[in-house]
Amino acid sequence: MDLVALLAIQVLYAIASLALISVGLAIIFGMMRVINLAHGEFLMLGGYAAIVATNNGVNIWLSMLVVAPIVVGLIGVVVERTIIRFLYGRMIDTMLATWGLSLFLVGLTTAIFGNTTVGISAPLGSFQIGAYRTSAYTLFVIAVAAVVLAAIFAVMRWTRLGLIARGTMQNANMAAALGVNPPRVYAITFGVGAALSGLAGAVLAPVSGVFPTIGVAYVAKSFITVIGGGAAILTGTVSASALFGTINQIATFVTTPVFGEVALLGAAIVLIRLLPQGITGRFFRRGL
Amino acid sequence: MMLDVQGLRTGYGRIPILNGVSFSVNEGEFIGILGHNGMGKTTLLKALMGFLPATGGRVMFGHDDVTTVEPYRRARLGLGYVPQGREIFPGLTVYENLRMGCSTQDSAEEDIIAAVLEEFPRLKALLDRTGGALSGGEQQLLAMARCLCGDPRLVLLDEPTEGIQPSIIDEIVETLQRLRAKRGLTMILVEQNLDFIAALSQRILIIQKGAITREVAPAELGDASLVGEFVGIAT
Ligand SMILES: Nc1ncnc2c1ncn2[C@@H]1O[C@H](COP(=O)(O)OP(=O)(O)OP(=O)(O)O)[C@@H](O)[C@H]1O
Ligand SMILES: [Mg+2]
Repeated sequence: MDLVALLAIQVLYAIASLALISVGLAIIFGMMRVINLAHGEFLMLGGYAAIVATNNGVNIWLSMLVVAPIVVGLIGVVVERTIIRFLYGRMIDTMLATWGLSLFLVGLTTAIFGNTTVGISAPLGSFQIGAYRTSAYTLFVIAVAAVVLAAIFAVMRWTRLGLIARGTMQNANMAAALGVNPPRVYAITFGVGAALSGLAGAVLAPVSGVFPTIGVAYVAKSFITVIGGGAAILTGTVSASALFGTINQIATFVTTPVFGEVALLGAAIVLIRLLPQGITGRFFRRGL
Repeated sequence: MMLDVQGLRTGYGRIPILNGVSFSVNEGEFIGILGHNGMGKTTLLKALMGFLPATGGRVMFGHDDVTTVEPYRRARLGLGYVPQGREIFPGLTVYENLRMGCSTQDSAEEDIIAAVLEEFPRLKALLDRTGGALSGGEQQLLAMARCLCGDPRLVLLDEPTEGIQPSIIDEIVETLQRLRAKRGLTMILVEQNLDFIAALSQRILIIQKGAITREVAPAELGDASLVGEFVGIAT
């Protein structure tokens, strides 16, 4: 029984971390059809932002939940204004440009922080489930993911900003004919996507540590999740994270973490083979 | 004068479509535009809305020179657009489509939409449907209602009767006549349906090969030989 509870928490944690690292990418891709190959580096920058802020005396919660998203969100807006906006509708060019940006950011952070792993310790203790101990931070990550997803849903569904974002995503020219300024919507969207990536990178920093090339580890998983999820940003991210997170964690539990990753990749290949449009290309089409 | 177009040139990429279009529209006027398929009627409306860059000429909207102004700014200045094919947001509900139409307005959305729905009672029962799930006729009514939510001074209306049954066409004619009386609307109407254009327009401009070549009165549309020359598929 205790073991089942422990496993359930670990599965939820796997789902939550997948959803967290993917949702920024999903927003940027889903709304703007921009494939951001620097996504992993946005996560990495979020980690560094949190660590640097904490080391300079900022409260660790503030660093992770406020400083990191703001810093990376601003970086995102600058990137959109200086690079991405000239490349809309040119998918290959955006991929090349963001790939270049990703290399640049890795180089820059290596020059500043060195090629070593820095960390902050998980600021919560552990708790007991029957005979097992597990880190309370796990629950915190799950809670952050839940709050982030709920907040995105609420903004998209119930605010004027969310309405304008959805309308612009469906038909930017018609939105413009009604008085909406699409470039502004895109800049905000890109900034929000980057901010969420910064938040994810910061929240996961105490778990995995941060080093300049950590983005590579994140980026593959988040792309798999976004592609597996399909067109609907939220439902897609949630359903793909749920599927892949569960498979990953159960395989890890039964065998080893390495095999867990293999199972995740295998599941992704099978899924894309069966549902080329992703889960929401086939199910939950009406979802956000 | 509400709109003054002088020598407007535009096209798609390097392909020129309009080679110097000139005309003007007075406040409160309904102007019809008639021409064979592919003569550039839609292109003209897109250019007026700012979706195609002018390669020559000038467009004055009221006292503003809008020749190089972006579409969203033209919308905010009071240009309304109901495109050919309606371009309803397919994944938004009817009500949300109308809310998008309120983007230029400062006053409360609910009030604006309630007032517009009085003009389009048929939409009242459809508010929670998604736009993509409406019939062509319903989409046309929605596209016009959405445009009116922005309280435009000049409406560009592109082939509203395309693929629509006669009873709804009559409804559209009545609605537009009522709106003209009530809101003092000005309109540029592109149409192939001669009865429709004759019932609504005060002047009709003929567009041929990317220029306005003639102006006729609605009564002249009864003349069969004239009509064969200007509408339908070009021979
Ligand atoms: N996106 C485009 N790219 C290139 N050429 C285009 C494009 N859209 C239209 N054209 C061409 O421009 C010309 C004018 O097209 P336009 O749509 O303005 O015609 P129209 O008068 O509205 O015709 P219809 O009555 O069929 O709606 C046509 O020859 C058409 O093939
Ligand atoms: Mg046309």
